[in-house]
Formats: sequence, structure tokens, C-alpha cells
Amino acid sequence: MARMLMKGNEAIAEAAIAAGCRYFFGYPITPQSEIPEYLSKRLPEVGGVYLQAESEVAAINMVFGAAGAGVRVMTSSSSPGISLKQEGISSIACAETPAVVVNMMRGGPGIGSIQASQNDYFQAVKGGGHGDYHNLVYAPASIQEACDLMAKAFDRADYYRVLCMVLGDGMLGQMMEPVEIKPVKIAEYDKSWATTGWDGVSRPRAVINTLYITVDELNELCGRLQAKYKIIERDEVLFEEFHLDDAEYVVVAYGTVARIVKNAIENLRAQGIKVGLFRPITLWPFPMLPLENIAGQARVKRFAAVEMSAGQLVQDVRLAVNGKKPVELQSFLGSNVPGPGDIAEFIRGLKTA
Amino acid sequence: MSKAIFTKTKMLTDTPTHYCPGCAHGIVHRLIAESIEELGLSHKTVGVAPVGCAVFAYRYFNCDMQLACHGRAPAVATGVKRSRPDTLVFTYQGDGDLASIGNAEINSAAARGEKICVFLINNAIYGMTGGQMAPTTLIGQISTTSPNGRNPEVNGYPMRVSEMLATHEGAYYVERVAVNNTRNILGAKKAIKKAFEYQQNGHGLNFIEVLSTCPTNWGVSATEAMTWMEENMLPYYQLGVKKDKEARQ
Repeated sequence: MARMLMKGNEAIAEAAIAAGCRYFFGYPITPQSEIPEYLSKRLPEVGGVYLQAESEVAAINMVFGAAGAGVRVMTSSSSPGISLKQEGISSIACAETPAVVVNMMRGGPGIGSIQASQNDYFQAVKGGGHGDYHNLVYAPASIQEACDLMAKAFDRADYYRVLCMVLGDGMLGQMMEPVEIKPVKIAEYDKSWATTGWDGVSRPRAVINTLYITVDELNELCGRLQAKYKIIERDEVLFEEFHLDDAEYVVVAYGTVARIVKNAIENLRAQGIKVGLFRPITLWPFPMLPLENIAGQARVKRFAAVEMSAGQLVQDVRLAVNGKKPVELQSFLGSNVPGPGDIAEFIRGLKTA
Repeated sequence: MSKAIFTKTKMLTDTPTHYCPGCAHGIVHRLIAESIEELGLSHKTVGVAPVGCAVFAYRYFNCDMQLACHGRAPAVATGVKRSRPDTLVFTYQGDGDLASIGNAEINSAAARGEKICVFLINNAIYGMTGGQMAPTTLIGQISTTSPNGRNPEVNGYPMRVSEMLATHEGAYYVERVAVNNTRNILGAKKAIKKAFEYQQNGHGLNFIEVLSTCPTNWGVSATEAMTWMEENMLPYYQLGVKKDKEARQ
């Protein structure tokens, strides 16, 4: 497909189709409603199914059912809706049914705002629903990257049998950028575990289950999940380094904020301040080791986490830096999207501190 | 040479059930399993188990199964049926699961005319959690959360799910049956089989409510339970076809 000017939500929806997704169950909520709107038109054109559920709770449970039946399936929502989906997200982790969930974050808590925010970081990477589980969480910083990560999310979901979340925000969903929806080579994975009807001979009976009533059974399941997460932590970490080669000050930011930080860094570099950006692309698994290595370099003086939340990302930055260097926090609350000048001023302050 | 006059349906596994003596879940399991086998549809069936006493239904039905979160079986079944339209999909749910926490899911599935079969096993109480009040608990009925009997001033009135679902244009077939005697068991089997046939012919939603027993939490013996059901449930939950779009045509 040629480069086109597309709205983030619509581009993500088209990228899902390119990635082989043919089933979508969702519920309208601002600022992501263009995803279900777009797919309600496009999915029937490609032989797929769009179904508007009665609630976010029903939507994620429909995703659970379709994922258990072995098809590529997704849902999308925004913060309050993602809270409602946690029941199904926990179940999907337990039953190991592959699925993709897009969260276009808006401000909270409560009904909150409809503008961009990053205040669901903890919910996305530290659990969200009940139980010991993780989702693989991708945080795109541009519409192009969001589209590319949709293809990766569907592939990794099938490969690991996990839920992959693409974590954007209202800004990414609503803005327009030139984007190319690239053709995706869709890998085939064994799905003989899926409930497609059983002839009694060709494979074992398929049971998609989340009940492990004895201590031994649940212990075994949890151990298996944790072993899988260890592999994901080892193999799936993604991050970007920007002007880090000689950086004395390292900003850590993801998604929309990381983009704005890049502008701030260019301005600061023009003034002779040696500052760079470390941008996690996977929020879980968080790039702990790469960041720890940077912290160990002698020239690096200070870290700053910049986030549109009240100190969520900074906790993982501090875990990674592990006391080697000071870690400061610049926090933008209440759907307040910073300008490059706000961030540049904060970084200049670090230098004089 | 002897000839077998009865064999257990292959649509049930050999796993011993965990149900209490006098509980009718076993009867209903068998009716559903026999119906699917007799229709020759075992190979395309996907069942969805609930949360409640029947949570282990996936161990007993000898077909592909999914276990849904509490009340969400119609949503899970929707996901299966919409993505695999050639499958025969049923949910098996208790009255707490379907009529309380799953009320939105079953009503919306009925309104959409989802091409699935839903079996509600109504015993007027929460079984697995130990006998709490359900939306279907009768006025005056004692439960662990209505220790002085269900009081309509506090708890409202028992929900007649079949009558409610029959109001949806999308509901194709709705019938309430009981398994308190041989005649009614045979009638229940007929209704269950018809529900599967309708789905197989591309129709839905097909809903069968089965009045059942819970001697353990009703505090009666296994034999008394059938009488308790007849005396207390049948007058309030009237048996019969509430809607049958095919019969009307």
C-alpha cells in the first residue's frame, strides 16, 4: 500500500487487517471510536466479522471465545473501558488464548477526561486484572510505528499464546500522519488446542480452561506461565536510543511524550547540553538491562523520567538504574500534554541542580 | 446372545460427576449429550461451561469446551459462533450465573438473535457458593443470605427469565421445562433436541430453561427435592413454550 495520510485510529485498524485479524468485538468510547467505526466497514469487505458488543465486559469475553476458537481477534478501548475488560484479560492470560487489545489512553481516574494521558502504565504492565500474569505491551510513538507494531503484536500473541496490548493515547489515535500499511507475511502457528469441533481422533479434545481447583494444578500452571514470561523478558525487549552516545543526561520516555522529548533534546543540543533519550518500545518486558548498562557508564550524570502520569514509568526506571545514578521525575497530570519547551526547561534545571 | 438395550451416550466422558445426590444436573447433562449424539453433531459441537455448580461441565461433555467467566457464557459462545459459524455452540448456565451477573450478556445475545443454544438450569438458589439467594429465589424461600425468607420489600421479586427473553424479537425459541418426572424429562429432551435442530438450520437464539433441584441447599432429601420443586417452583415458573418462531410460521 502506498503512503497515505491517515488518522491514527484508522491506520491501526487497517494495520490489524493487514496482520490477518478478521474478528473484532468492541464498544464505543472516545478517543478510540474510529477503530470500531473503521472496522465495521472494512471487516465485512475482507470476509471478517465486526460485532458491537453490549459492553466492554462482553466484548473482551467475545474476544476470549473467538481466541479460544483459534482465530486472529482483537478489541480496542480507552482507559475506563480497559478497566472493564480486565476480567477477560486475566482469563486470556490464564487460558493462554492469543489476542490483541489496543488501549488509547485518556485521563483518569474515574471517567476522567477524553484527552491523551499515560496514566494506565501500571495497569498495563503491572497486571491490571487479578493474578500473576503479564501482557506483552507495545508503546508506539508514531502512527507508522503503531501500524508496524500491530503486525508484531498479532504474531507474538500467536507465538507465545499471550495477550499483546498496543498502548497508545488519545493524541496518537486522533492525529493524522503519512503512513504506509506494509504487507505482512503471516506465520502459521499450530492451533490444534483451539475449540473448532472435535472428531474424536485427529487431536486431543480441546478445552479452554481457567479453573485450576487444586493447589498442585494451579502451581503448575503459574510456573509454566512464569517460565514463558522469562523467555519473553529475554527475547522480546524493544527500545530506541536517541543521542545517547555522549549523553550526560538521559531522559526516559515512551509513546507520545518521547516524541516531544526528541524536539526538546534537539533544542538543548543546539545549546550544547549533552542530553539523550532512552525510549522503551516494549513497556513489558521493560528494557531493564540496557538501561542499567547506560546507568553504569561514567559520563552519565542523571536520569529523568518524563511521563503524562504521576510517577508510574519512573518506578521501572529506578528499578533499572538500581541506585547507580539519581533519577528525577517530570510528571504531567490531568491529560496535560507537554510542549518541548516545558521539558527542555526541566532538563536545564537538572544541569544546574 | 444378549443384546444391549441401553448404552451411555458417547457425548459424556466417563469422569464421575461431582454433583450432589438428588441434583438434576446429571439428568440435564445426559439429555443434552444424547440430543447432540442422536443428531450426529458431536464432531462440530463447542460447549461453554459457566461458573457455578456446573463449572466442571467441561470435564463431562465429551466435546470441545470452553469455560467462561461468571455470567459471560453467551458472550464467549458469541465469539465462538461468529468466528466458527459451522460449529454447534451451546452454553450451560445456572440461574445465578445467567439471571444475575450474566443478565446483560443473555439479554443482548437474545436480542441479537445469536445462533446458539442456551440452557438455563434453574434451581432457585446459588449452589456452589453454599446456598445464597439468587434472582430466581422464591418469595419466602430461606437461603443463607435471606435467612428469614426472601422479602420482596428488600430483595424484589423472582425473575422469570424465559418470559423476559421471549419478548426479544431476536429470540427464536424459548421453552421452560422441568425434570421432576419421567414425562417431563422426555418433554425436556424433546425441547433440547429441537433447540439444537433450530441452530443447525441457522436459527437463534434458542433458549431452554430447565427447572431443577438443589436438595443440599434447599435442606431437603433427594426424593423430597422433586416434591419441593413441584410445590414451590412449578406454580411460579409455568412450564411451556414461551416462543417458537417456527411453529408460528
